[in-house]
Amino acid sequence: MSRPVYIVDGARTPFLRARGKPGPFTPVDLAVQAGRPLLTRQPFERSAFDLVILGCVNVISDEMNPARVAALRLGMGEEQVAFTVQINCGSGMQSIDTAYRYIREGSHEMILAGGTEALSHAPLVLRQSATEWFGGMAQAKSPLDKAQKLTEIRPDFFSPVVGLERGLTDPITTLNMGQTAEVLAHRFGIDRATADAYAVESHKRLAAAQEAGTLDGEVVPAFDRDGGAHGSDDGVRPDSSIEKLAKLSPAFEKPYGKVTPGNSSQITDGASWLILASETAVEAHGLEPIAEIKDSEWAALDPSIMGLGPVLSATPLAQRHGLSVDDIDLWELNEAFAAQVLSCLAAWQDDDFCRDVLGYDEAFGRIDRARLNVDGGAISLGHPVGTSGNRIVLHLANAMKAGNHRRGIATECIGGGLGGAMLLEAA
Amino acid sequence: MTDVLDTIIPDDPAEDAATPPEAENWRLEKAGDTLTLWLDLKDTGTNVISEAVLRELDALVAHVEAVQPKTLVLRSAKPGGFAAGADIDGFSGLEREAAEEMLTEGHRVLDRLEALPMTTVAVIHGATLGGGFELALACDYRIGIEGVKTGFPEVQLGLHPGLGGTFRLPALIDPVEAMQMMLTGKSAHDRKAKKLGIVDDLVPDRHVDAAVEAAARGKVDRDTNLRAGAMRTGVARSIAASRMRSETEKQAPKADYPAPHALIDLWADHGGDRNAMQKGEIASFARLLETETARNLIRVFFLRRKLKEGGKGDDGIDHVHVIGAGAMGAEIAAWSAMQGKRVTLEDVALEPLGAAVKRASKIYQKKHLSGIDARDALDRMMPDPSGLGRSRADLVIEAVPEKPELKEKIYAGLKGKLKPGAILASNTSSLKLSDLVDGVSAPTRFAGLHFFNPVSQMPLVEVVSHDRADKKVLDRLAAFVAGIDRLPARVTDYPGFLVNRVLAPYLMEAMALLDEGKSKEEIDRAALAFGMPMGPVTLADQVGLDICLEVAKSMRRDLDRPVADTPDWLAEKVDKGETGKKAGKGLYDYDSDEPPETGEADTEIADRLILPMCDAAVECLRNGVAPDADTIDGAVIFGTGWAPFRGGPLTYARTRGDVPKVLSSLADTHGPRFQPDAGWSDFG
Repeated sequence: MSRPVYIVDGARTPFLRARGKPGPFTPVDLAVQAGRPLLTRQPFERSAFDLVILGCVNVISDEMNPARVAALRLGMGEEQVAFTVQINCGSGMQSIDTAYRYIREGSHEMILAGGTEALSHAPLVLRQSATEWFGGMAQAKSPLDKAQKLTEIRPDFFSPVVGLERGLTDPITTLNMGQTAEVLAHRFGIDRATADAYAVESHKRLAAAQEAGTLDGEVVPAFDRDGGAHGSDDGVRPDSSIEKLAKLSPAFEKPYGKVTPGNSSQITDGASWLILASETAVEAHGLEPIAEIKDSEWAALDPSIMGLGPVLSATPLAQRHGLSVDDIDLWELNEAFAAQVLSCLAAWQDDDFCRDVLGYDEAFGRIDRARLNVDGGAISLGHPVGTSGNRIVLHLANAMKAGNHRRGIATECIGGGLGGAMLLEAA
Repeated sequence: MTDVLDTIIPDDPAEDAATPPEAENWRLEKAGDTLTLWLDLKDTGTNVISEAVLRELDALVAHVEAVQPKTLVLRSAKPGGFAAGADIDGFSGLEREAAEEMLTEGHRVLDRLEALPMTTVAVIHGATLGGGFELALACDYRIGIEGVKTGFPEVQLGLHPGLGGTFRLPALIDPVEAMQMMLTGKSAHDRKAKKLGIVDDLVPDRHVDAAVEAAARGKVDRDTNLRAGAMRTGVARSIAASRMRSETEKQAPKADYPAPHALIDLWADHGGDRNAMQKGEIASFARLLETETARNLIRVFFLRRKLKEGGKGDDGIDHVHVIGAGAMGAEIAAWSAMQGKRVTLEDVALEPLGAAVKRASKIYQKKHLSGIDARDALDRMMPDPSGLGRSRADLVIEAVPEKPELKEKIYAGLKGKLKPGAILASNTSSLKLSDLVDGVSAPTRFAGLHFFNPVSQMPLVEVVSHDRADKKVLDRLAAFVAGIDRLPARVTDYPGFLVNRVLAPYLMEAMALLDEGKSKEEIDRAALAFGMPMGPVTLADQVGLDICLEVAKSMRRDLDRPVADTPDWLAEKVDKGETGKKAGKGLYDYDSDEPPETGEADTEIADRLILPMCDAAVECLRNGVAPDADTIDGAVIFGTGWAPFRGGPLTYARTRGDVPKVLSSLADTHGPRFQPDAGWSDFG
């Protein structure tokens, strides 16, 4: 069985920059903030979903299986089945892909699929030696045992490891994600100025989209307990310029590196949801699809060049459907790093690469910047890792509809050496 | 083996003789060595300790004495709680001697229960208050089920505990804590009750049997009551008592609230001596029952019940959409969400919506919601800048500023958007519904729903009708109000409706007094001394001087009688932005001024402030603004905090007797605004 699967609506919170302390929302708080207005604006009851799937990388201990916690807090009913998926930076797209396949195969009619991440809440992790000491202390029974244990304290027990930093380091190659972008920049000859120019454009595009109201309805405001009302993505710098970015030092490989905080994605908190429905559900509830999901693909490659994940995952979609570069009207290619996005574009224009790696006779071709990340990307609005994959599909669907486009691909690189891609068509 | 024995040996004749007595309010259950008495009042959902309950208990205790089970358990069969208190209807009208007789009999029954030789255990859950709490205190052990709430609210009725609470609680727990509970009426919930030693164990429902068994085997830990020993000396008690007296005087002056003071005297004099305490408690309770304060406060209790009953039935309202996130809209939204409703709160700007979430979070803290409950309530309350809730809500409450054009615009925008059958209610306090109703698309499903500020503290909500309103809609609104734990008062579309009509002269006369050169402190003091919760000057600042100005304007326009002039400086103040507490400055300066304290008061000022309210209440009664005098007194007390021990403006007028005469003489000196209403001639 292979049934059409539609995206009927979706919404996300503003992406909120981490400001050196835990932000106002936990991962599930964010999912609730995005989900409430989305569910309220549907013509059906909240209990109408067959399943809730949520991508989340850094789950906090109070919210195990955040999908289920979110479903209950959203008032979707005790009978709501919900599970959480994790494939690192692809988690928010993994939830869509799982939902897409279930509906396509006929076992489900309507699924709420999302992604959430509160990177500002990433925990401090105790060193292994400290963890062992705490365990021993808890088991020490007599005062003498306890006193004995106390003498074993070492100063480095109190310098915990930042979990976020560990999470962004590849466990196989021990390269930091930024370093993988340096590897690509070197391989494809991306210079600092080009990367910075790309980043400036990302900010300008997001600022313009905010100004024009393009994101209304896609971005719903979030409200915190201290009275904060967060209306839009707050990492945007409309006044960003090549001169300003040129002043920044390399973030990962001093002093010669090309990847700086200015041309990398920002560390942010945010959540995003999509509603996926079968034809049956669309008819039953009188829904208006915004796009149809045609196909999806996951690919894997050397972790040290994980940034090419989009090339490896999106190309098979084009090949399966016989699409040339001109057939794809819009692209959302997640901006982990400017150098990484530019490397992907370069790879597709590289005859040797396309022949040797992708099996084409010549270069796939040039993706026009006018078709790519039209309203900005992770460099300007941030990259809450479990959420981004969801956001790019949501925004692609909305942008296709707004511009009356026929076809689009959303794709992302995934830390650990993976790539994910999704092909959408106008509904 | 035992089975065989049972069959070959005839039943013990003593047991035969002890057939359990007939009881309408108790059920008896035997399981092994344990006998359980289930309190289950006939024809009601709530247990109270009535004369019949005690009489039947007496017979049951006699039965227990005869059959000698190893353990006796007292429990309630009502889901809401063990027992909500004594049966107030049963003693409210009693003369002193009859009351003493009834109490003495009740004490005898509880003493008999207490004297039983076997282990007695009260299993208590939910509301375990007043007489219900006293019954539990007469048992050896108390096992609390999670969520239990114990306490002595008698002081709110102008009384103190009367069924042994005054000596059993101080003997069980720290006597100073016990006195605090009885003096303030504050209850001890759950872990607090365990910590104080009121319950010996606190368990979830599923572990009750095991806990009872542990108690029966003496396996429940209990701290020895050290403070009780220390307070056995008269000197220690007298030091503690004098501190209690001064604290109590601040909250509840002896002249107006004699009960807590009587309790302190009782404890200071006899604290160490159980028998003397028992005698004293009975005498003091019977004496208090005859005071004006107790009579009025008991009446207030009945008024509350009556108002609540006016909101019976199903509201059919799950989702409430509130338009306008000002102070009122935000409070309505926060309170409704806390009471379990799904709420959307609409405003054009994001900032007030953020502020509303913060306000809600503060209210939940103040109301001691657990972290999880507060989170769930906040989840239920969705700020809604794009008005998504309009088409989903069963009830839309408009709470925007009091501008007719603005309200009309909002109503026009709602046309065709609301869910079929949805009710539209306005929280207006000063506009007439008959003027607003033309702008709505379904006049039958439109009404007023007038909340008081702050909603989280003021229990009253006026359900305002108009000519075209459907009675069923008004019933649903009243049910909604009762469902969110507020008290509905049904009123008509009168200028200021009921409560503000009565309250308006209080505020307006204060302005006139200020204009004459009286000091704000002097004015407030006179009102406080009368027993008002807040002086009129402070209240005006609290309400907002801009609102006061509007109220005065509408009273002058809509009322068919002379009202006090509004001094020019009031409008000037408002123009300058000095609108009261919300602005940091109004009649008081909230940075520098001290709030007025109670003290010597001017009775002419008090009369000028209070009697016009009585007059307005009579006018409302005459015009049928509320169905009866009780509703008027109740609404004014619960909507404004009007001196409850005086029973409300109509009761006060009736008790005092000379109000129209004093009004006439005030009219001679201060002008026709004091002219008594025509309704006084029918008012007896």
